[in-house]
Amino acid sequence: MAEAREFKQIGTSPVRPDGIDKVTGRAQFGADMILPNMIHGKVLRSPHAHAKIKSVDLSGALAIPGVFAAISGADFPGGALEGEASGEGGGSLTDIAKNVIARNKVLYHGHAVAAVAASTPRLAQEALKAIKVEYETLPPVLNVVAAMADASPLVDENNFTNLPEKPENPSNVANIGRLERGNLEEGFAAADIVVEREFKCPMAHQGYIEPHACVANIDETGRGTVWCSTQGHFEFRSATAKMLNKNIADLKFVATEIGGGFGGKTVVYLEPLATMLSEKTGRPVKMTMSREEVFRATGPASGTVARVKVGLKKDGTITAAQSWIAFEAGAFAGAPYMPGAMTIYAPYKLENFLVETFDVLVNKPKVAAYRAPGAPQAMHAFECALDEAAQILDMDPIDLRLHNAAEEGTHASYGPKFPVIGFRECLEAAKNHPNYAAPIPEGAGRGVAAGFWFNVGMQSSAEVHINDNGTVMVVEGSPDIGGSRASMCLMAAETLGIEYADVRAQVGDTESTGFCNVTGGSRTTFATGMAVTQACEDVIADCKRRAAMTWGLDEDQVEWEDGQAIPGPGVNADVKPLSLAELAGKAAKTGGPIQGRASLNAQGAGASFSVNFGDFRVDRETGKVDVLSYTAIQDAGKAIHPAYVEGQMQGGAAQGLGWALNEEYIFDDAGILQNAGFLDYRIPVASDLPMIDTHIVEVANPIHPFGVRGVGETPIVAPLAVATNAISRSIQQRVCELPLSPPRLLAQIDG
Amino acid sequence: MVKVVLSENFVALTGGCRELHLPVDNYRDVIAELITRWPQLEPLLERSSVAIDGLIYQDAMYETLQNDSEVFFMPRIEGG
Repeated sequence: MAEAREFKQIGTSPVRPDGIDKVTGRAQFGADMILPNMIHGKVLRSPHAHAKIKSVDLSGALAIPGVFAAISGADFPGGALEGEASGEGGGSLTDIAKNVIARNKVLYHGHAVAAVAASTPRLAQEALKAIKVEYETLPPVLNVVAAMADASPLVDENNFTNLPEKPENPSNVANIGRLERGNLEEGFAAADIVVEREFKCPMAHQGYIEPHACVANIDETGRGTVWCSTQGHFEFRSATAKMLNKNIADLKFVATEIGGGFGGKTVVYLEPLATMLSEKTGRPVKMTMSREEVFRATGPASGTVARVKVGLKKDGTITAAQSWIAFEAGAFAGAPYMPGAMTIYAPYKLENFLVETFDVLVNKPKVAAYRAPGAPQAMHAFECALDEAAQILDMDPIDLRLHNAAEEGTHASYGPKFPVIGFRECLEAAKNHPNYAAPIPEGAGRGVAAGFWFNVGMQSSAEVHINDNGTVMVVEGSPDIGGSRASMCLMAAETLGIEYADVRAQVGDTESTGFCNVTGGSRTTFATGMAVTQACEDVIADCKRRAAMTWGLDEDQVEWEDGQAIPGPGVNADVKPLSLAELAGKAAKTGGPIQGRASLNAQGAGASFSVNFGDFRVDRETGKVDVLSYTAIQDAGKAIHPAYVEGQMQGGAAQGLGWALNEEYIFDDAGILQNAGFLDYRIPVASDLPMIDTHIVEVANPIHPFGVRGVGETPIVAPLAVATNAISRSIQQRVCELPLSPPRLLAQIDG
Repeated sequence: MVKVVLSENFVALTGGCRELHLPVDNYRDVIAELITRWPQLEPLLERSSVAIDGLIYQDAMYETLQNDSEVFFMPRIEGG
């Protein structure tokens, strides 16, 4: 996309096609599926954070009338599984299988140990009590820094740090990341000021409202269907088949409507259990997690400890930066330690830097992806250090960032040169925004921070079917979490030259459309959108061929314009244009139904930057924080459906502010989560936040036919540091540990 | 000559070599040359993304390279 284009459909915001079904309750989510003869599965979970399983006796449960099956880890094929789970830090499938159901050890409180299927949910729950498990408890490893010490108890005695030469001794450190450039000593020597701080971010959950749920219906031949709440049903099928040693062709996975995922529904938890229980019983088995199970046993985002040192000249030039970040992985390797290392300095031109990151096992739930995995924690630390530097230098924090901003041609801190990017445009939009020109309310502080995510492409497929009246059905395989069906319809309408109202889109199951990777990484509008666009181009090529046949012209004498075939320039043909509807109506005479298809592995995703700022005030008597205003600015490349883009920006801001202000996993000394519910794990409610003002910057990604970069990940990154910086300025003390909850702030204010 | 920059986790396997210049005109030949020189790199290469002249590929294979192209290996990113 070399130059600005005028669009007719793209850039409009039609009403979301799934909206009425969702607000009226008609939409079918994972837990809504009901089948004849269906029974119900429940999971027995570990009461210990760390223990050896000495024995599991299922006989008591199996003896209860109405209990159809009971399983434990011993029922699953053992050994290593090839491949990795989807989503950032998904981890090896070997580990994911042990996370689905424990084998010889339980590694966190809530780890699945056994499962039963019974005629009712209540009976299944009662039957769990009849299962006898003998444990030998072990000391839990709960502190990420202490876990890295040589003397620490081990979460996994077979875990050796992943180094080129295998270390002599096992460790809780699974992986180490390291990026460096230039000369740190010289860089810090050239600095006029140095800021050095330690920051902590807590483990935090994605907070999706719909719990994990699925129904499996496997017949006596071992074949069947699984309906589930997932960000990627193709990869759920693959993981389930490998864990159960089944042929993926024997399983059909259907993605139900999804009530939020944010990265947390990229890995399987219940699906292999339900599939095995269904196969054993010959009945459909439904499994639905309670909210408590979601908190105790599904992946949150890593808690982190980050040590940052940054040196700057008086004019604001960053001369050197050094960081050390320990990421909690939970019970299995897979913390986003590399994305953390790669994002922390990404917005800036840096000559001298070092960042070291660590993927550390602890006896807590295995972490999972959460929007822009690793970036919020890492960039929180650096963006806060920069804000303190701006205060010391008496510089506007946006000016300091403009002074150091990466741009096209800058060697990113993670390696390659940036192609065209929009960070500077975001900073300038922030500087010129009326909210930034407004005075800071009395007693409040204004925080500024930048955000970044790479965005990714990966594999997608789409088919476009033309109905006989010229309306269009798009079928693709990316579960719709953030409005992608509307975006696909807009891109199809724009490409075909027809109205949005004439296009429908649906998410096909694993037998109805080609492979698609998970909806994640801000890839769906970019990659699946490219597939839909190419499939529409396939349709146009076919329509031109049919029009040429109708008119007795050569194919290259026909063009496509505004949804109809027309003779090309200079072609002497006395014919009327043929619309898509006219061509579809005569399709039987020109070769049969019209359809297009495309499958691709999309490359060249465009990085997305953001700049957020907000005014926060702290009540010095109670520690309560009021968010007075908040403005989110982000480069979307091109907003296909601007209202959905704004929704992504507002949702990301709300989630980031929740992580900053109140959300945290609170474990006791035994490793038991003390706040496994939305009453005590406090996500923001409407009254906690002001209207999130948005401004969409559009610096087109030249690789995408419409300039799309992807927008879902970046919005959560900046809010953590915006909150910390605003509150630090409000109370005139630097705060470094999240969440900035009333008790923590009161303690800091009171010294 | 195409400039090839290896990511930090490759360096321990390449005897400290982080950057090299290769007389190749496509990405497949870059991979072949790297595996010939350092066979133990193969699994790491499988799990890496690569930036070719700034454009990030999750799975490159046959891409054409120019004489002044820069091929930069980096850890694979997926997101959430």
